[in-house]
Amino acid sequence: MTRLLEVRNVVHEFAVRGAGGVKGGIVHAVSDVSFDLDTGETLGLVGETGSGKSTLARCVVQAPRPKAGSVRFQGTELVGLRGGRLERARQEMQMVFQDPYGSLNPRWRVEDIVEEPLIGYGAGDSSSRRKRVRDLLDMVGLKPDVYGRRRPRELSGGQCQRVAIARAIALQPALVVCDEPVSSLDVLIQAQVLNLLEQLRTELGLSYLFISHDLALVKQVSDRVAVMHLGQLCEVAPAETLYRSPRHPYTVDLLASIPSLDPTKPKAFRRAVAAGEPPSPLAPPSGCRFRTRCPRAQDLCAAERPLLRDIGPGHQVACHFPEPVDGDDGATSTPSSDVSQFARH
Amino acid sequence: MNDTLLRVEDLHVRFDRGGQRVHAVNGLSYQLRAGRTLAIIGESGSGKTVSSRALMGLLPPTATVTGSARLDDVELLGLSEEDMRAHRGTDIAMVFQDPTRSLNPTMRVGAQIKEALRAHRRVDAAAAMERSIELLSMVRIPDPQRRYHEYPHQLSGGMRQRVMIAIALASDPKVLIADEATTALDVTTQAQIMDLLAELRSRLRTAIILISHDLGLAASYADDVIVMYAGRAVEYAPARILFAQMRMPYTRALLEAIPRLDRPSHALLPVAPGQPPDLMDLPPGCPFQPRCARAKVECGESRPPFVEHEVGHWWACWNPCKDGEPL
Repeated sequence: MTRLLEVRNVVHEFAVRGAGGVKGGIVHAVSDVSFDLDTGETLGLVGETGSGKSTLARCVVQAPRPKAGSVRFQGTELVGLRGGRLERARQEMQMVFQDPYGSLNPRWRVEDIVEEPLIGYGAGDSSSRRKRVRDLLDMVGLKPDVYGRRRPRELSGGQCQRVAIARAIALQPALVVCDEPVSSLDVLIQAQVLNLLEQLRTELGLSYLFISHDLALVKQVSDRVAVMHLGQLCEVAPAETLYRSPRHPYTVDLLASIPSLDPTKPKAFRRAVAAGEPPSPLAPPSGCRFRTRCPRAQDLCAAERPLLRDIGPGHQVACHFPEPVDGDDGATSTPSSDVSQFARH
Repeated sequence: MNDTLLRVEDLHVRFDRGGQRVHAVNGLSYQLRAGRTLAIIGESGSGKTVSSRALMGLLPPTATVTGSARLDDVELLGLSEEDMRAHRGTDIAMVFQDPTRSLNPTMRVGAQIKEALRAHRRVDAAAAMERSIELLSMVRIPDPQRRYHEYPHQLSGGMRQRVMIAIALASDPKVLIADEATTALDVTTQAQIMDLLAELRSRLRTAIILISHDLGLAASYADDVIVMYAGRAVEYAPARILFAQMRMPYTRALLEAIPRLDRPSHALLPVAPGQPPDLMDLPPGCPFQPRCARAKVECGESRPPFVEHEVGHWWACWNPCKDGEPL
């Protein structure tokens, strides 16, 4: 596989003013994040509200441009590119957003929405574009004759999301950045859209950067998963490895928080789940940013920021005292037992 | 049973809008005992929220509510607004999905709890403050004395939801309705709030109605589960029975569509096609029939009755799933 995307030491911060009693200062949204994505691969990016996962995704597509760091896409450095050159470099990089209604122009018809990127990049003449739009709508499971002339408010949330996906794949991108693409949908519609994304991935050879707060959902779609906490990656691993033997205490807590689907199982071994509140990105703790909620924290964690380091094949963790591998330590539960809860039924 | 607290029978809710009729809830019945948690599960538009708002008298004037909902010996439906106010908050309280919009941004947290306390009872200021701080610590807000004097924007989403729960518990309600109370929260926060509700339930013997789209929450936290589809209950059973012997194909479809950790990456989810039906134009037979993998001819012709087929286990289906049989 070839390297499609190379993200190095990306930093993004927002200045907030002290209005309405909110403390002013710098929000450290993304702090020194690096990762790679290969062609045809799906990387899941999982984290809680405020972890900076959406900001990171937007930094990848240069909207906004990151404060520091490098984003190489198909061998081209995007940071620093402007105007037409950035546009051309970005042609094969598209995005699907969370809010299906908010991301479609309410006054446009479905066919115009899907055609817009084709016009923007000067793809073909009017009649070939129209044909392409019909093909695209077919691909996402919307009958062009029924839905082409409708406007977003005449569609359900799931249908809107299909339109957004059709628009995203119109220019045959190599990478689609999906920012919580199904979290506002009901569970059956969510499954339909996930299946659609999966079919398109195999048919068109797409790569996804898939962002979600839902760990089980990310597992479903990803080859590799990166866990983000307060602007930093704390663990990156192949999907199966991450869920079988998570090593970062935060990953363990996240996995333990998933409600089990088996009522006969006791309500987990939840060790005072991520005790307390997540710290503010305005004033992240020194050293490891998870240490204030971490049961394994020691003095070193406050003094020194743990960097991502290799601890297994494709498995990296940013922790001074990672969780022992399954079975090493009876006192600490690992979610592998949690996985077995799901294995029944 | 003697300790039945809330008995809902044949609840119907209909909305009339410009000549159009929407039957949002069609004949919902259930019972709730003290100290138990009942989960009402369904998708958007299934009637789960409307049915619980009907109990609280919180529906707009366009809604017509019929049927019966007895809390102890009081019939809640048809009460005048004034009479309703005597029960709402004291006997039956509600926690909503969005804690940000449910709290008054211009009032300190403590004042909002005190308001709830003093709305129903004569309590002097000092006692109200003391009780408010006690409630804040009961919902496990650290440093309650300090938080008492803070504004909602100074709290995180999870803490705001704890404040909402404190307000709901202010007058010791017998029934607490949690309407998607953890949907807007992160998983770790959701786990904390659900653990808190479970603890309060066993400590205060409050009965909880958990309204959610998430079968996982029902499996982990509910004693009994009702699954609703297109305004009707389609399956009803104790959680242990429901998850062991799921009968209704719709419930199975919901369960199968949830991404699970034990499936390999990139596996397609088994999913029912189509969308929920239009409530203004329901098909004659089973409302789930057009999407159902087990549908037979009669499913499109007549509506299956909602009956107790096995002890404690109700469902509405002509061709229910059998044990161990695939969907």
